[in-house]
Amino acid sequence: MKAKTADKIATGVIIFFAVLIVAILGGLLGFILFRGIAHIDWHFLTSPSQNFKAGGGIGPQLFNSLFLLVLTMIITVPLGLGGGIYMAEYAKENKLTGFIRLVVEVLSSFPSIVVGLFGLLLFVNTFGFGYSLLSGAIALAIFNLPLMVRITEQAFRAVPREQKEAGLALGLSKWKIITSILLPVALPSLITGTILAAGRVFGEAAALLFTSGMTTPPLDFTDWNPFHARSPINPMRSAETLAVHIWKVNSEGRIPDAKDVSAGASAVLVIMVLLFNLVARWFGRVVYRKITASKQVN
Amino acid sequence: MQTSTQPRFGTEELSVFYGTNEAVKKINMEFPEKSVTALIGPSGCGKSTFLRSLNRMNDEIASARVVGKIWMDGQDLNDKETDAVTLRQKIGMVWQRPNPFYKSIYENIAFGPRYHGTKNKKQLDEIVEQSLRRAALWDEVKDRLKESALALSGGQQQRLCIARALSVSPQILLLDEPASALDPVSTGKVEELIIELKKELRIVIVTHNMQQAARVSDSTAYFYLGNLIEHDDTTKLFSNPSNQMTQEYIMGRFG
Repeated sequence: MKAKTADKIATGVIIFFAVLIVAILGGLLGFILFRGIAHIDWHFLTSPSQNFKAGGGIGPQLFNSLFLLVLTMIITVPLGLGGGIYMAEYAKENKLTGFIRLVVEVLSSFPSIVVGLFGLLLFVNTFGFGYSLLSGAIALAIFNLPLMVRITEQAFRAVPREQKEAGLALGLSKWKIITSILLPVALPSLITGTILAAGRVFGEAAALLFTSGMTTPPLDFTDWNPFHARSPINPMRSAETLAVHIWKVNSEGRIPDAKDVSAGASAVLVIMVLLFNLVARWFGRVVYRKITASKQVN
Repeated sequence: MQTSTQPRFGTEELSVFYGTNEAVKKINMEFPEKSVTALIGPSGCGKSTFLRSLNRMNDEIASARVVGKIWMDGQDLNDKETDAVTLRQKIGMVWQRPNPFYKSIYENIAFGPRYHGTKNKKQLDEIVEQSLRRAALWDEVKDRLKESALALSGGQQQRLCIARALSVSPQILLLDEPASALDPVSTGKVEELIIELKKELRIVIVTHNMQQAARVSDSTAYFYLGNLIEHDDTTKLFSNPSNQMTQEYIMGRFG
């Protein structure tokens, strides 16, 4: 009888916590969207921001966030996959790999502002990249690599050993087993990891203040030559992302409609993260189905 | 180099160590052609470890060390010079739990042969059909070859794994308790299959089920604590074992 009561109470408490978490999240999202959605229109999404006048948009910032995401992922995904696969499939269990794992763990809980300062000293100043998308992308890659490596390692380790052995027994090489047998099984986890890493790129501000900078030069969206100074895809130009913009407008903005702009920008940021999540998951499912011939992700 | 005692396929003084623990102790065994050899013994007696060392699967386990010789047509498979990747093509393996690749039924079979150089679609189709027929699975799956192998039942998956092993034309098939995770009907099918397949290849099977060993095998080896206690004709071993320990085990007194 007593055990039954305890069980009921525990179940109630757990359900309460679950509902609480969902409520907090829902409330937060609802609040941000509710406050911001009214300010979002085509003009807001496409026109450049203003420094002193009201009525500025977030066009360049939106583009910067997306482009920085692409650049960061180009650096992070191959390195993270490589490192994770090495740790899971090639590294022998010894002191060195134990040490590498420790370093990865420590790095993954590194404060992003410190990564930003490191980027400022090394990439911006020493390497002379200046405040640029490239500096920002490398800093964010450093910030994201531990996560990517860990998720990749775990995803590959989670594949049943028999899968690998089945490949070995057919006389397949290790590389072939990794790419053709283990990778498809690990793919859903890898996609989740990539989404997590990407979400941090969207949301990160601290590490970018000192690396990709807080300003965006006037951009010419008809010029797609990456070597031109005004080209949007020039990786050596400075770039203020959406998250940095929100911070700037709120902390040192001199525009009269700062509240509206930051509310709108926050809503856009949240929507972008959600959209990216959905699209990435959908894309992952399509790929997974294609290579595994299955009807659902299991 | 060839000595008269060297088996066509078998082991010479084969030991397996996990760290300093000797899990398999100096086993000398021969696996005759076109016959089924069953390895029986209580859990932890080293029979699976022994089986896994035959196609160098223990290479993958960092703490495992295999000492001794594994002979196959005059070649020592356990020699450092022998390339494990190519030898495994000649030695198929099937595990306790069905482990089809996360791919279509067709791809599960075609994958190995394609990797080993068969690119022609027609030839691949042929191999897929033949392998599935040999594994007595063709009729059940011929209309759904493009579907995921994971959608098959456990028994079908296990026969698919046998078909997959056959796809690269091995000379030897290692079965590690291939039916212990299956229902009685599927078990029966797998056993029929083993008897059918031995017409063409050597089969070594680890099993916990003594009736199964008696049904499918020609000779049976009893392992205990890493030692090969007795290896004899299956009928002889089960009806009139020469060793007291074997006698007690097959009578069900321990294990």
